[in-house]
Amino acid sequence: MNAPLRYGLQAVLYAAFAATLGYFSTSPAFEPLPAGHALIRLSLNHAGQRKAACRVRSAEELAKLAPNMRAAEDCPRERAAVRVKVDLDGRSVADITAPPAGLSRDGASVAYRRIPVQAGTHRIRVALADDAAGTFDRLREEEVRLEPGRVLVIDFEPGKGGIVLR
Amino acid sequence: MTTSALPAPGPAALAVERADALLDAAFGQRLNPMRHLGALGFFFFWICCASGIWIYVGFDTSALGARESLAAMDRGDWPLGAFARALHRYSADAVVAVTALHLVRELARRHYAAFRRFAWLTGLFALALMLLAGINGYWLAWDQLAQWSLTATIEWFDVLPVFDGSLARNVIDGGQVNDRFFSLLTFLHIGLPLGMLAAMWAHVQRVSPARTSPPRDLAWGSAAMLAALSLARPISLMPAADLAFLPSRIPLDWFFLFPHPVMAWLGPDGLWTVVAAFFALLAALPWATRVPRAPAARVNLDNCNGCARCFADCPYDAVVMVPRTDSRHHPRQAEVDPLLCAGCGVCTGACPSSTPFRRDEVLATGIDMPSAAIGELRARLEARTVALEGGPRIVVFGCRWGAATDALESRSTAAIEFLCAAMAPPSFVEYALRAGADGVLVAACREGDCEFRTGDAIVAARVAGERRPALRPSVPRERVRLAHAGRSDHAALRRELDDFRAALSRLGPRAADHPSLPKRQEIRHG
Repeated sequence: MNAPLRYGLQAVLYAAFAATLGYFSTSPAFEPLPAGHALIRLSLNHAGQRKAACRVRSAEELAKLAPNMRAAEDCPRERAAVRVKVDLDGRSVADITAPPAGLSRDGASVAYRRIPVQAGTHRIRVALADDAAGTFDRLREEEVRLEPGRVLVIDFEPGKGGIVLR
Repeated sequence: MTTSALPAPGPAALAVERADALLDAAFGQRLNPMRHLGALGFFFFWICCASGIWIYVGFDTSALGARESLAAMDRGDWPLGAFARALHRYSADAVVAVTALHLVRELARRHYAAFRRFAWLTGLFALALMLLAGINGYWLAWDQLAQWSLTATIEWFDVLPVFDGSLARNVIDGGQVNDRFFSLLTFLHIGLPLGMLAAMWAHVQRVSPARTSPPRDLAWGSAAMLAALSLARPISLMPAADLAFLPSRIPLDWFFLFPHPVMAWLGPDGLWTVVAAFFALLAALPWATRVPRAPAARVNLDNCNGCARCFADCPYDAVVMVPRTDSRHHPRQAEVDPLLCAGCGVCTGACPSSTPFRRDEVLATGIDMPSAAIGELRARLEARTVALEGGPRIVVFGCRWGAATDALESRSTAAIEFLCAAMAPPSFVEYALRAGADGVLVAACREGDCEFRTGDAIVAARVAGERRPALRPSVPRERVRLAHAGRSDHAALRRELDDFRAALSRLGPRAADHPSLPKRQEIRHG
């Protein structure tokens, strides 16, 4: 093969490599959500209530303890798992039981769930139980309008009234 | 005539060689980029580092300022900013592309077991770090692509029991992505490439010399290609990150961000399964499959004078020079690490004791190959050469990993196959000519395609007299020809032989009509 032809062929191959880099560095585009969908992200980090109530120690019990260990109450460390249920337009889309973290199961319960939904107006009902009996005493029900691509976060913030939609 | 009954190369390796032939036509064997993929990976990595450092100088590492500082570069507020950004992106993509090709190529050639195991495993480690570093880099722009990629990555890691959903708290809303968190992402983008560089350094530790720079012509061509692409197709930012919104279409860099669509398809657990299976299978390959190789070289101290030529020529650092263990007056001796030895015989070709002119009835050398002893090869050469008839009489020195030379044998042509063309000492060429051959054809692998990395270059340098042991100047060069022919180049090698035969015919016979063995001498090297 003569030199001009070889150089020409090299140029073509360099161009092909460049075209491959240029194209696949941005294409084909990816759709992170199906068209016309929104996303609900359920994320909470909440410590459940203690599984057993604290017990007041008697004077004899306290006397048996070292002076620096004489706490008035004996509180078992283990916490209840946190259970959260999400209903969308009356249909369950999430039912999560998040166990407490830690070797002694005394840490916070963490839960995360990604829930793609059709865009539009929805009635969302979120219920959360954080005691040993599993009582759903934290509730929030709301009608929300979700535009395509909108990300709605469901969180739990006791300082802001409990279950938060934002 | 073959050296041993070792198995032939597999069909995948032959397929790679045939594919290489297509690029050989355009680039020539020496510059074929497929034979420099590792070196090109290093080269693109350095371009990526240099452009990244330039971007970093003008980069605002705060969560709020990062995207704006990059947008300012794209507007031209930072000298060469847009160009550097595009160069950074495309050079990083090029690293992935050549690394993927390098992996497939070495896999097809079964270059992963035994003495290559360490390079294989460190290469896999570098590959993992490369992908992590690249994905992490996309987060620093903190646009919608960054937001989506960071969130997807966090969701992927969050399924691990150690995190269990806690990482996602960092990307629930914009408040969590603060400057402190962003600094962590920035440091990751410095630390991960540094880790990758360390893995790349380890990757080339057991080869000698390591080829970490492509040939100059190829480097210029590749750099010009990247520069042209960066000018022609600048990269752009997406709108600023907004965790309350997900864009409908993401212009994805498939070189790095392909795990995200895979996760969208298979879920986080599915992606972990795929990734774990991919790396576990590749990492297990060196143990799971048996790749045949010739037994390791053996040092014969009676014939080793510690000259260190085997040490200099060994492509895998399997030979080391150690203090003498016998009573000879030489200060050092060669020692072979059998775990690192490829069994190529390049060391035997380098040993001055391998000269066939020695008087010993059975030639013994300082470092020899159990599967193809130099004494047997000399005996074979003598028997075949003196039996040649007609003319011109040609001896072909072949390589077990190159084009098969058996089919070239005839009344006037003898073929002697070595474990590697560089196993043939140059003195064998002279010996064959003195024994009655009119010419010697040395058939090495294609240029840059030696199974043992450097054999073709070593044999070329020895024949040219540029590397010791060199072919002596008194040997008529017109009667010696070096050919480069791969396993699928039988026809090309035959054409080369025919051309050589025609050239020798024009020269006329060199030796007597009835060849006889040259006089051997008392040569003591050990």
